[in-house]
Amino acid sequence: MGKRVLLIEDEPNIIEAISFILSRDGWDVDTHANGIDAVDKVIARQPDLVILDVMLPGRSGFDILRDLRAHDGTAALPVLMLTARGQTKDRETAKALGVSRFMTKPFSNAEVLESVRSLANGVEAPQ
Amino acid sequence: MGMLNVLVTVSLAYVTFLFMVAFFADRAAARGRSKWLQSPLIYTLSLSIYCTAWTFYGAVGYAARSGVEFLTIYLGPSIVMIGWWLILRKLVRIGRSQRVTSIADLISSRFGKSNSLAVVVTVIAVVGTTPYIALQLQSVTLALDAFAGEEVTPSVGPSATALWLAVGLALFTVLFGTRNLDANERHDGVVMAIAVEAVVKLVALVAVGLFVIWGIGGGIGPTMERISQSEIARWDVSAGRWMGLMFLSSAALLTLPRMFQVMVVENEDERHLATASWAFPAYLLLMSLFVVPIAVLGLEYMPDGANPDLFVLTLPLAEGRNTLAMLSFLGGFSSATSMVIVAAIALSTMVSNHIVMPIWLSTQGSTAMVAGDVRHVVLLSRRLSIMGVLTLGYLYHHTTGGGEALASIGLISFAGVAQTLPALLGGIFWRGATRVGALMGMVVGFVLWAYTLFMPSFGPEVFMSETFLREGPFGWGWLRPEALFGIASSDPVVHSVVWSMSLNTFTFFIFSLISFPTPLERLQGAQFVNVFDHSARPGSWSRGLAEAEDLLVMAQRILGPSEAQSLFRSEAVSQGITGYLPETTPEFLQRLEREMAGSVGAATAHAMVGQILGRASVTVEDLMAVADETAQIMEYSNQLEAKSAELTRTARQLRAANEKLTQMSVQKDAFLSQISHELRTPMTSIRAFSEILRDGGLDDAALAKYAGIIHDEAIRLTRLLDDLLDLSVLENGQVSLNERVGKIGDVLNQAVAAAGIENSRLRVVRSKVREDLMIYTDLDRLSQVFINLISNALKYCDAARPRLEVSIRDLGDTLAIDFIDNGSGIPMASQDVIFEKFSRVGSDQAAGGAGLGLAICREIMHRLGGTVSYLPGQGGGAFRVILPVTVVRSGR
Repeated sequence: MGKRVLLIEDEPNIIEAISFILSRDGWDVDTHANGIDAVDKVIARQPDLVILDVMLPGRSGFDILRDLRAHDGTAALPVLMLTARGQTKDRETAKALGVSRFMTKPFSNAEVLESVRSLANGVEAPQ
Repeated sequence: MGMLNVLVTVSLAYVTFLFMVAFFADRAAARGRSKWLQSPLIYTLSLSIYCTAWTFYGAVGYAARSGVEFLTIYLGPSIVMIGWWLILRKLVRIGRSQRVTSIADLISSRFGKSNSLAVVVTVIAVVGTTPYIALQLQSVTLALDAFAGEEVTPSVGPSATALWLAVGLALFTVLFGTRNLDANERHDGVVMAIAVEAVVKLVALVAVGLFVIWGIGGGIGPTMERISQSEIARWDVSAGRWMGLMFLSSAALLTLPRMFQVMVVENEDERHLATASWAFPAYLLLMSLFVVPIAVLGLEYMPDGANPDLFVLTLPLAEGRNTLAMLSFLGGFSSATSMVIVAAIALSTMVSNHIVMPIWLSTQGSTAMVAGDVRHVVLLSRRLSIMGVLTLGYLYHHTTGGGEALASIGLISFAGVAQTLPALLGGIFWRGATRVGALMGMVVGFVLWAYTLFMPSFGPEVFMSETFLREGPFGWGWLRPEALFGIASSDPVVHSVVWSMSLNTFTFFIFSLISFPTPLERLQGAQFVNVFDHSARPGSWSRGLAEAEDLLVMAQRILGPSEAQSLFRSEAVSQGITGYLPETTPEFLQRLEREMAGSVGAATAHAMVGQILGRASVTVEDLMAVADETAQIMEYSNQLEAKSAELTRTARQLRAANEKLTQMSVQKDAFLSQISHELRTPMTSIRAFSEILRDGGLDDAALAKYAGIIHDEAIRLTRLLDDLLDLSVLENGQVSLNERVGKIGDVLNQAVAAAGIENSRLRVVRSKVREDLMIYTDLDRLSQVFINLISNALKYCDAARPRLEVSIRDLGDTLAIDFIDNGSGIPMASQDVIFEKFSRVGSDQAAGGAGLGLAICREIMHRLGGTVSYLPGQGGGAFRVILPVTVVRSGR
């Protein structure tokens, strides 16, 4: 194990919850709380997986995803997208941009964990 | 078989012949083969209806009684005719260009289409003509009697003769006078028939004359000798009477309805006048040539007491020349019938057009005009009018029973219709003539004529008593009918003509000067007086190719090139002409007008074709019709424009509504999306941590921490729901205000206490000035606004030592409560959006709000009648709450 997850999320309590769940499962969790330099952060850290919020201060999660997919090093990087807006339109936008998996808040911890595990192990190819 | 029966048979045969002439002439005209009908000779002969039975029989009687004075009756018209260039040409030109149907029409048309004027002229014409028609009936009756005198028992009585004659004439006139209703009111059949009759009467009179000179008088020499010995030869000439009579007969030529009919209305070509100017006087000369010999020999040979009016008939009879007598009878019959027929046509046109039709139309309202075809009504009215005119003539004859000398009736008639002369001549030569002048003049003249001549002519005790005639009304001698203002004349005709005509003219002149013409009168006046400037020389239409070319050019503009060309080509083909330019036949012109009328309206089309043909100047009527059409088109296009504008407006409204709905839908989506986000975020934390707690295996510290998070997020959720509900209630206006009086300082105290700043570093500084103002409003809501503003400062003021100054200012008609902190404030770009829902400046989620606070504040202040706004330029975050001063209950 010891695989690295980068959590890009601005809500402190949610950061705390996801970090706790993944750490407990043996993941190395790194967090980042704003959208402006998120892409740089991903490229710099080279995580095995990114958990990305949609509504981020400074820059939308969709824009970050688009940049990641456009960048060679991160084009195939598994990205799990989380959103609280939960609208069908958002899900379709994410799919079109090449999201690996899309989840709506609130989520069950087990679900998040299962998603991270399968994405990181390459069970699920990026869409 | 007696003479009378032969005569009746011959007469019937003659009448049948006339019917056939009229019928074939009409048919020829209808087939367009009427060229020979339109010769100047026919025109001249038709003018001979001037010579009625009065002149045929009466001239001899006149000469027998008054010598050569009868010549005045021929001289007057001859002078007018020879001088045709002066007046007749103008009348004919006007009649043509204005499409005049009668003298009443011409006069009314000249004076602004005044129907009252037309009615007056019509009345004068009917009153003046009716005795004349009676006279014709009487002459035929007398002539028949002359024959009947030879018989033991007349087969028919005199009155019955007149009745049958009237019926027959009515039949003929209806048949041939109302066959068509074309604009120019021409009657080819009738004109042809009266031309034939003109020949018959001339031949008859000349034949009698020749017989009298050579058969009775023994040749020219002896006859001349007899004449010089007779009283007739004594030139006992009264200059006044000669002048008067010549004037009357000249006027009659111009104003008699029947003369106007044949001379102007039936005129085919202005140039015919030139021929008639010598041919007609020549005809009159021939007609008068033998009058004196017949009169002289008649007086000599006929027994004393024989009616000289019938010498033309009785001289041959007395000599046993029955065939000649019969010819003579046919001559007189022709004279009488042609006059009656044309007079009936002319009068019926006037009566129908100016009396019957206006009345009928006024009873129909506007529907008749809309319905379009009033032709059958016009025809019916025309026919009834003809019968009416002849009935009047018959009744006049029946009631007066004849007896008067023929000539005197004729002169009285002349004097009556001459009353229209000043208006007629004034109308075509003097632009200053007005409707009022014409009307007054004619009425004055007509009344004077009736008073001084017409009524007295019936003799005492018919209209006027013996005393009245001798001493005047109420014994006022100066009003004696036959000696007005004490000026007695030996001659009632001259007396009446002088008075009526001079006062008529004078009144016409004076009233024209003092009255103002209407615009239409002015226009018409100019058209009439300057008719030669306005209209090209009509003539018979020169049907040239150039004309067709011009028409084609015009038609192309109206109809479009291809349609116009195909119209012209198809016409040319149907005319059997190679090429594309057809002959401009009347049929083709009508067709062209119809085609163009579809595009530009009938009046415009007519005017345009008329312009090209140089046939007529554009009449005011045409212009009016064009204006009407234009107005209708404009009205229509205005309506279309209005409709189009309305549609545009509706479309714009729909578009706006649609945009608004779309915008609302977008806003709603955004709002739902925001609410979803704001609700799901705390829910996510709550769910995640509660699952962690459920998983167990946590130490006490972690347990407490995570339980605390769940608790805080639950509260956040509740607050959010409260805010949402609050905002919803405020926005929907369902909020009920709990207004009461309180001190503004107390409200601030309460707010500061509730804002939860006691454990923070924020210091609230209050100036205390005006804090003791008493206000009447919803104090709890106001406090809610204050709390929001204070807690915003608590959340967002980024100064090292945050500080919030609260001060109250009196702005006159408003009260301002300012909240100014010492932080970095809100960027200019965000100042507008901070009052929107879910708008949060910066990324500070920890501030905990959902971004509804200021939106709620704005709604509350709106309900309280005030505002809350950002106050730029204060260094830090600055908000101003404004309350209307009306809430202030008392001063310090």
